[in-house]
Amino acid sequence: MSNRVPEDDEVKRERAADKAAERARLVAHRGLATWGEKLVPLGDFRRAAAESGSVLTPAQRAAAGEALLAQCEDSTPIEGPYDRIAVCGGIYNNHLALAAFLDRARAEGAEALYCLGDLGGFGPSPEKVWPLLVDAEVRVNQGNYEQSLASGREDCNCGYTDPRDNHFARLSYEYTARGCSSDFKSWMGQLPARRRVLVGDRELLLVHGSPRRVNEFLFETATSTAYLEGLLDQEGADGILCTHSGLHWHRRLPSGRDLVNVGVLGRPANDGTPRVWYAVLESTSDGLGVHLTPLDYDHQALAAEMRSEGLPPEFIATIEGGWWTTCLEILPAKERGRGRF
Amino acid sequence: MSTPNVSLSSLDTLWFQVAGTVCNLACTHCFISCSPTNHTHEMMDLATVRTYLEEAATLGVKETYFTGGEPFLNPDMEAILEAALAFGPTSVLTNGLLLDPERCRRLSGLSERSDYSLDLRVSLDGYTAEEHDAIRGAGAFGRALEGIRNLHSAGLNPVITVTEVYDENGSVAGKQRFFDLIAGLGITRPRLKMMPVFQIGAEAERHAAYESWQRLSETDTPEGGWDHLQCSNSRMATGQGVWVCPILVNEPSGKMGERLADTLGDFPLGHSACWTCHVYGVSCRT
Repeated sequence: MSNRVPEDDEVKRERAADKAAERARLVAHRGLATWGEKLVPLGDFRRAAAESGSVLTPAQRAAAGEALLAQCEDSTPIEGPYDRIAVCGGIYNNHLALAAFLDRARAEGAEALYCLGDLGGFGPSPEKVWPLLVDAEVRVNQGNYEQSLASGREDCNCGYTDPRDNHFARLSYEYTARGCSSDFKSWMGQLPARRRVLVGDRELLLVHGSPRRVNEFLFETATSTAYLEGLLDQEGADGILCTHSGLHWHRRLPSGRDLVNVGVLGRPANDGTPRVWYAVLESTSDGLGVHLTPLDYDHQALAAEMRSEGLPPEFIATIEGGWWTTCLEILPAKERGRGRF
Repeated sequence: MSTPNVSLSSLDTLWFQVAGTVCNLACTHCFISCSPTNHTHEMMDLATVRTYLEEAATLGVKETYFTGGEPFLNPDMEAILEAALAFGPTSVLTNGLLLDPERCRRLSGLSERSDYSLDLRVSLDGYTAEEHDAIRGAGAFGRALEGIRNLHSAGLNPVITVTEVYDENGSVAGKQRFFDLIAGLGITRPRLKMMPVFQIGAEAERHAAYESWQRLSETDTPEGGWDHLQCSNSRMATGQGVWVCPILVNEPSGKMGERLADTLGDFPLGHSACWTCHVYGVSCRT
């Protein structure tokens, strides 16, 4: 005996009607255009489209293009000149990597030290990085994390699609917000969003995400060269230093200018090793020397502190194993493919 | 009630209506009513795309996106992707039906030969054949999953794009179901993009058209201006010129000019779809 329930006539009729409607949709537009919800003769749409919009002369087009990328006014004071500087990106509460960076950068003869922002999140004991930064006279940019904490936002505003990512982002933001004193938060509030620094004769613009947006991600495989040349034209700079995306990279552009994402101290570069990254910029006979530099530090001690603070095992696994485990959806196809998760 | 204007702050993203409005499906929620017989917009050829890419390079464009219709119906599509990947990062929005193993291997080769990322975005509107096919037509679900598997086997990790055509798709549990579905295909690095529906084109008939109050006025202008809208930093190139955004290509009034340089000025946010972009914080980008 078959245990299939026989379709009743109503179901059969509905199914036939669905198929007929689908067939009708597939041929509905023969000779017609869809103008919003209306069906109109193709010629009507084409004529209306041809008449819409503006058509500039070649000279006007050239002027419009130049205006789009015209140099912005920027009153940011210029620091330097220096022969050599060291620049770190997001620290994410990783005070042990920060301490290692300060030692190494001094030993390497850096005349000035910079941090491009995102002091908190992810790691343990948020307040510990503050005295290290102040005592070493590190010049700090304001990242999106500092912006959120200083303005009392309730979350880091990452807005992930994956509920799991939102869970971890909220958890680390709330942990950091609880662990920062109001004095520390006020200090974050007065940090500048951008700095200009001369290394030799090269003028570098230091920002958190991009010169346009504090929370813009600049990833190597998701940023065209044309875009970077445009940014540098607008900023009238010889190079841009940024962080925020978490992965270090450098591109020398056809114009001879540079984009350097200095990476982050806060967590490894999704490469299966526990080391973190920073950048040294130095004046050379032919312009700017860019050295993206790996840094070993006592990651086991950090992992132990994270455990004692009750931070998620997923974060600790990243510190120990070098693979990102959370907030992965920001990665472009190629960078995502290089990681384990 | 006066209509606010959005200005272009930078041209970051360049879209291409590369397959016009021609599609091998006729989805009931399509905001531009694409179908096999819809030639409102024709397909773009390689030479036309190249002209826009060259202009884009002078205007500092960061990335390109290709949509339709179904992009892989365009016979020039792979040559077009090669040209785009020489310029910068590139994404293709597809229904997944034409992703046979051979094509996926060729796409993987294009990706490997470029310094930039190639992203394939495959649409799923339901997480069962019954739900998906009710929108997209009989058999579409099975073929899309096969396309996704073929991409994965060729080393490409697609972004699954889900519209909120069913309310629960957008909920936490709904999103988790899609992540589970992708994981079930053996994809270990699942990627998901959610989109609201636009109540225009076929969707207006399937569900509901906009009501008269769903329009933006000057009083809606946020404190920081309109920079959260994609029309503040992108444009859509078609075979008939350049439109303001990917959503309004079936409105002749959405056309802004012939070349990109013609379209760098302000645009009035007068369409109801502009209301959706504002209220839902939509970007068609991944």
